[in-house]
Amino acid sequence: METGTSRVKRGMAEMQKGGVIMDVMNAEQAKIAEAAGAVAVMALERVPADIRAAGGVSRMADPTIVEEVQKVVSIPVMAKARIGHFVEAKVLEALGVDYIDESEVLTPADEVYHINKHDFTVPFVCGARDIGEALRRIGEGASMIRTKGEPGTGNIVEAVRHMRMMMSQIRKVQSMSKDELMAEAKNVGAPYELLLQVHETGKLPVVNFAAGGVATPSDAALMMHLGSDGVFVGSGIFKSDNPEKFARAIVEATTHYTDFDLIAKLSKNLGTPMKGIEISKLEVTQRMQERGW
Amino acid sequence: MNIGVLALQGAVAEHIRMVEREGAAGVAVKRTEQLADLDGIIIPGGESTTIGKLMRLYGFLEELQAFAKQGKPIFGTCAGLIVLAKEIEGQEEAHLGLMDITVIRNAFGRQRESFEADLPIKGVEGAVRAVFIRAPLIGRVGPEVDVLCTYQDQIVAARQSNLLVASFHPELTDDSRMHAYFLDMVREARA
Repeated sequence: METGTSRVKRGMAEMQKGGVIMDVMNAEQAKIAEAAGAVAVMALERVPADIRAAGGVSRMADPTIVEEVQKVVSIPVMAKARIGHFVEAKVLEALGVDYIDESEVLTPADEVYHINKHDFTVPFVCGARDIGEALRRIGEGASMIRTKGEPGTGNIVEAVRHMRMMMSQIRKVQSMSKDELMAEAKNVGAPYELLLQVHETGKLPVVNFAAGGVATPSDAALMMHLGSDGVFVGSGIFKSDNPEKFARAIVEATTHYTDFDLIAKLSKNLGTPMKGIEISKLEVTQRMQERGW
Repeated sequence: MNIGVLALQGAVAEHIRMVEREGAAGVAVKRTEQLADLDGIIIPGGESTTIGKLMRLYGFLEELQAFAKQGKPIFGTCAGLIVLAKEIEGQEEAHLGLMDITVIRNAFGRQRESFEADLPIKGVEGAVRAVFIRAPLIGRVGPEVDVLCTYQDQIVAARQSNLLVASFHPELTDDSRMHAYFLDMVREARA
């Protein structure tokens, strides 16, 4: 009997495919998310939009919140650790969190090294903007990748940019001659062996979700069309007018992303989505996607 | 032979790959209208609360109950097992309620307790690598149910006439013998 194998860790992410993972800040929100059909919840002290507004240093959530959420839902519970903060990650593992997000939404603890995720029994998800970043994280042991997007903005443009970039690079690597792969590994800063796997299979070695800016059912469906395996919704649900309705509509739109009649129906009278931020109005220093490498 | 994989949520592509490896056509099923063309269907792993909710919403409960009544085989893995069970411990409502078993969800604990192990399965030669992910257990079986596999004396795979369930994920390995076993059931049902 073996625990924490890469098959068990990556397999957990495979089971989340086609689903929506929702940020929640307390037990009540977690119950709403589960009832709406979320495949997992991310237990947080503040959603990204509030982290952005509050400023200062943002850290791992208070364990009380994590435990409170674990008590009320039967779906997996995820939580965020700061980039490079392996002690926060060990604490979350000790709490029995099902998945750790080494996340740029929190203030990085290490500007050089990400967590060595092979050291953990619990699986990790990490953000990436391109194939090189994705494969570096997988090289460090990440079992799931998500786009970084621009968290807490309610603006899908950065998630689209990152998913388009990733998919276009995957297609390029797939069609390359094997002779060209080492040079490409150097260009994108990816481990050669992992790039070779992408070349052979035409996909990343792990599940790839969309995150960072999903605010409406159409946003979720758009990301599925671009090749996402599923969707994270951070501030989009509990910063909207009617969280319950938004949550249900985003779940359905993710399953039936090619059914535009259904998405039209789901989008009717939803109320106001989260307000959102125009990306060009964000100073570079306020862009969370620039955190990590 | 057309084998559907219920594609509301979960690990669909992996089952399709296995079914095709065993020589049948694999179809992702998102609507009840697709059921008529199928000889058998797989309910994959995923989150059972999500899959159950979407099944209700799109009318799959009644349609799949009718599908089973016609004698067509259904194979449920992990969440699929939960969805097929007559009783779910600690929960008032079952989903399809077709198989006379009581299932215990997340029976091994949280994700850090997830594991893989080699297990013998009745009707399959040699051991199968069984991958358990936040897996359920079968706590009780009815008289019509044949136990196919146990792990530490707990039931993890079983069959009741045209229904097959496993609490682990054969689709996450390179071994398609469990799928071959299911396809044999489909062949028997067609004959």
